[in-house]
Amino acid sequence: MSEEIETDVLVIGAGGAGLRAAIAAAEAGCRVAVACKSLLGKAHTVMAEGGIAAALANVDAEDSWEIHFGDTMRGGAMINDWRMVELFSHEVIDRVVELEQWGGVFSRTAHGLISQRAFGAHSWRRLAHIGDRTGLELIRTCQDRLVHTDGVTVHMETTLTRLLEDRGRVAGACGYRRDSGELVLIRARSVVLATGGWGRMYRITSNSWEGTGDGAAMAYQLGAELKDMEFVQFHPTGMIWPPGARGILVTEAVRGEGGLLRNREGERFMERYDHIKKELSSRDVVARSIFKEVQAGRGSPHGGAFLDITHRGPQAIRRALPSMVDQFASLAGVDITKEPMEVAPTIHYTMGGVTVEAATGQTTVPGLFAAGEVAAGLHGANRLGGNSLGDILVFGRRAGEAAAAAARELARTPAPHRLQAEAEWRLLREPLERAHGENPFALHRELQEAMQSGAAIARTESSLRETLARVLELTERAQRMAVPGAPAYNPGLSTARDLRFMLTISEAIVRSGLERRESRGSQWRLDFPERDPELGRVNFAAHLAAGGEMGVRPVPIPPMPDDLALLTAGETRVAATDLADAADARQRVGRTGAGWGGR
Amino acid sequence: MAAPGRAVPAGPGALHRRDRWWVYPTNVALWLSLFGAYSFWTIVFFQRDSYHQYLSPFYSPLIAAGRIPVSPALLIFWIPLGFRATCYYYRKAYYRAFFQDPPACAIREPRLAARLSPTGRGRRYRGETRLPFVLANLHRLFLYLAIAFVVIFVIDTVTAFSYHGHIGIGLGTALILVNTVALGLYTFSCHSLRHLIGGGLDCFSCAFAGRPRFQLWRLTSWLNLRHSTWAWISLTTVILTDLYIHLLQYGVVHDPHLGF
Amino acid sequence: MTRTNGPPAPPSPAAADAEDQSLRIAYDDGVTDRTATLRVWRGDAAGGAFVDYEVPVQEGMVVLDAVHWIQAHRAADLACRWNCKAGKCGSCSAEVNGRPALLCTTRVDAVTRPQDRVVVVQPMQTFPIIRDLVTDVSWNYEVNRRIQPFTPAPGERAPFVIAEPDITRVEEYRRCIECFLCQDVCHVLREHRGQDRFFGPRQLVRIASLELHPKDTADRLAQLRAEAGVGLCNITKCCTEVCPEHIRITDNAIIPLKERLADREFDPIRSLWRRLRPVPMASSIPAADERVAAPARPPG
Repeated sequence: MSEEIETDVLVIGAGGAGLRAAIAAAEAGCRVAVACKSLLGKAHTVMAEGGIAAALANVDAEDSWEIHFGDTMRGGAMINDWRMVELFSHEVIDRVVELEQWGGVFSRTAHGLISQRAFGAHSWRRLAHIGDRTGLELIRTCQDRLVHTDGVTVHMETTLTRLLEDRGRVAGACGYRRDSGELVLIRARSVVLATGGWGRMYRITSNSWEGTGDGAAMAYQLGAELKDMEFVQFHPTGMIWPPGARGILVTEAVRGEGGLLRNREGERFMERYDHIKKELSSRDVVARSIFKEVQAGRGSPHGGAFLDITHRGPQAIRRALPSMVDQFASLAGVDITKEPMEVAPTIHYTMGGVTVEAATGQTTVPGLFAAGEVAAGLHGANRLGGNSLGDILVFGRRAGEAAAAAARELARTPAPHRLQAEAEWRLLREPLERAHGENPFALHRELQEAMQSGAAIARTESSLRETLARVLELTERAQRMAVPGAPAYNPGLSTARDLRFMLTISEAIVRSGLERRESRGSQWRLDFPERDPELGRVNFAAHLAAGGEMGVRPVPIPPMPDDLALLTAGETRVAATDLADAADARQRVGRTGAGWGGR
Repeated sequence: MAAPGRAVPAGPGALHRRDRWWVYPTNVALWLSLFGAYSFWTIVFFQRDSYHQYLSPFYSPLIAAGRIPVSPALLIFWIPLGFRATCYYYRKAYYRAFFQDPPACAIREPRLAARLSPTGRGRRYRGETRLPFVLANLHRLFLYLAIAFVVIFVIDTVTAFSYHGHIGIGLGTALILVNTVALGLYTFSCHSLRHLIGGGLDCFSCAFAGRPRFQLWRLTSWLNLRHSTWAWISLTTVILTDLYIHLLQYGVVHDPHLGF
Repeated sequence: MTRTNGPPAPPSPAAADAEDQSLRIAYDDGVTDRTATLRVWRGDAAGGAFVDYEVPVQEGMVVLDAVHWIQAHRAADLACRWNCKAGKCGSCSAEVNGRPALLCTTRVDAVTRPQDRVVVVQPMQTFPIIRDLVTDVSWNYEVNRRIQPFTPAPGERAPFVIAEPDITRVEEYRRCIECFLCQDVCHVLREHRGQDRFFGPRQLVRIASLELHPKDTADRLAQLRAEAGVGLCNITKCCTEVCPEHIRITDNAIIPLKERLADREFDPIRSLWRRLRPVPMASSIPAADERVAAPARPPG
């Protein structure tokens, strides 16, 4: 009744981080199994639109990895893992170039190099991009590289729900095949978690059904530590109307290309909140500003703000933002070349996750690695736009290589005790056996309401306490879920299991949020509106305490070496938006023929 | 139709369709048949190719006129016919309208058509891999000839401006001019031409004369967006021009004109 | 406990209990007084039938929203594949009123009429059914593996210098989100079951994206004619009609490939020219030993 597979390295998740890790592990000579909940190439990476931030200095020669380092640290409110940021801002340059070597296609500068655009809180034009679908380009490039790499088996639509353990070390994972409902156990010498983030416990979210936090919750169950869980990023611009489209992302590239935010009265309100960076301020600032405008009664009709790009002219808009034009035309009936968009903050990204070692992605559990959104540290309290695609490439590769090395150290594949898998399988199937009980979809909706109202953009001690009580109550009710039908491709059944992950993660978000009694990055406490320098020296980590309770403890941040600390001094400057320069570059092409490859 | 082990929801593909998917194939079948019948009639039964300075496009260029017992159009009609029959747009039109392969998107080919269709001859579908349809790949050869024809039509158009030794414009001149422009647009929006200009290059900037070729390629690409429109307009203008000249020949109408 | 096929049982009491509560939450705004009837095909490889569900219509509702409403309120086990719900991932491909479409970008208002509020939703017909609206599209992935991947010249190292005009075509092909609607609608696959001799529009676009890449040096034309069966395409353009990314598949990908094949096999003038030409094309590619050192990358 169940299937057993054996491999060297198991990669869970096939977004950018999972694909890059799998490629690295396979190129290191390991047998690799990749398991993903969806079809290959459908992961959330495709939703990343703006680009990959890397100091290639193709457009602004002044840019360097040092400046990228400083921008990222300041954006993350200085509680990032500085070692990760250092590795990242160095290596992301190579990773972008590597994508091009693998056939990835990027928009070009007038001299035929990879073009780079401005983005929020980046000092220079830094985002390598192609139109507004860079994530798709990244995933397709890695996907094609992967399927043509030897030693890789891809298990599509296979949900893994529990990590298995053998003598204090990870030994594989178990779960089920979505298409058949068949149970599956994968034994592995090392495991890379690349399961992405969690946004589905909020009502207004840009996340797909997959963003349920499986990886982080599984790692937590196995004893790994979850760091910075209180930091949940609101993307300032999500669609808000019609209701069916609510939460769908409006790329930051709209602002990078010169889009202006206005309130109901037509005022460009970002001038009041950040008079230097304005619309291109960091995401937490812009999201809070929109929220404050709405609170002050100056919001748009559906409770958001207007985002206006019409001054760029229809042609430029269609070239730079083709998928935004389509998205608004098909879902909202709005022509963004003629009318402003109506936008409001939407849950977008989760900075927190599994605590990892910077260079390897090694978690606190031997043999278990994590990379990408599921891992914590790189982004601190707030992620800069364009840093996630670089994150998954840099640390995906590192985790893949480290996992391969760890796998080679073992003489044979561990054999986890089957009882662990059998317990998990019982849990998976249990809702089918109940004729009456809680509806998983209804519980999910209640969880979304609770988290949205008490643990979202603005938080207080009492709102968090109330949310915690609701989450614990829902956790209790989730023991009695009932689902009709059979195991094969049953969305009710998968929602039932996902809900348990979401409840665990929600609890971690709320408990960590309670501990951080200050406002920093994406955590905005109305009762503690200022930054607390003391709390700037710690991360909070949630862990499975004795007795099955969740504990949260502060973990001190090691002091930064002086040479790095120096790089974080000063202010982030404002990059030119592509407006004037792009036009200029086109003229240059016309006059000198520099667009002809500089040959 | 379903392969074993596959569950296809019951009913033909058209069962749930609400759009008028049959309009396009019906229209194409009707008009292509009408135009085809007219062309046959004019090519086979008419010997009179021109009326004063107006030369009908069916007869141009005049080859061996008067020296053979048949219409000069018979000697050349295969060129425009071949150009259109192998045209990437007309292929879509006639495969859908006449061979029902498919009649419209996501609509099943009717049983009878499937059995009779020369694209599959009731057995295995062969598409354009066998005779006669594989000949469609020779489109570019017809293109070369069609370009020569456009040049000839330009000469005919200039000729049509001469009126008893003066420059003049009649309704016929206007028709011939419009027809030549339409044929030009149809010819220069051709997929094969687009390929020959730049579609065959992987890298414009590395190729000889890359910049002008890229700009020309963009121009043909832009024209190509409307290739089907030009195809129908030019077909209509050819027929109308020819019809008008026949009407003049038989004195049914008189040519309103301006002389200078 | 195991249901095999046929229409499902009426909604379980569990679902009905939760209904009042979640209805209120789900429809806090944008509710209309209209309803639509979703006629959804339900079943598996062994067979199935259409089942009607009455769904309240919300402002701007897409068919996928309606499917989700059914899952939450009427049939928790209604299988439907989806991901981004923003038309960017290409997961929720199905057929609405007999036309291949993405469920997440098809608005209910656009596929119903005041006098006829029925929306017929069925799985893609070209692929084997898994369950309800979900089909097995793995064949597409197998075909992709048979296409030679991007192959730059030996010694050619990124960062490349490529002029913008040289990527405009490739950029269009690479917009593909692999929803496989073109594969679904293509009559060679759908009607003539040509999976054994034809790669389908998606994979022809894939081949075009490689063949026209300015830095790719592999030659896929032989494969294109034989294995990929480009000659089976009779350019009836249905793939272009259904593409949600508006890729002009036929005009911009398949016809250029057919023309490249014609260059080689159907053009006597060109073949004569090739024979008379003094220098063969391939010599423009530097051999491995002529490899130039990769340019130093920017600081860092």
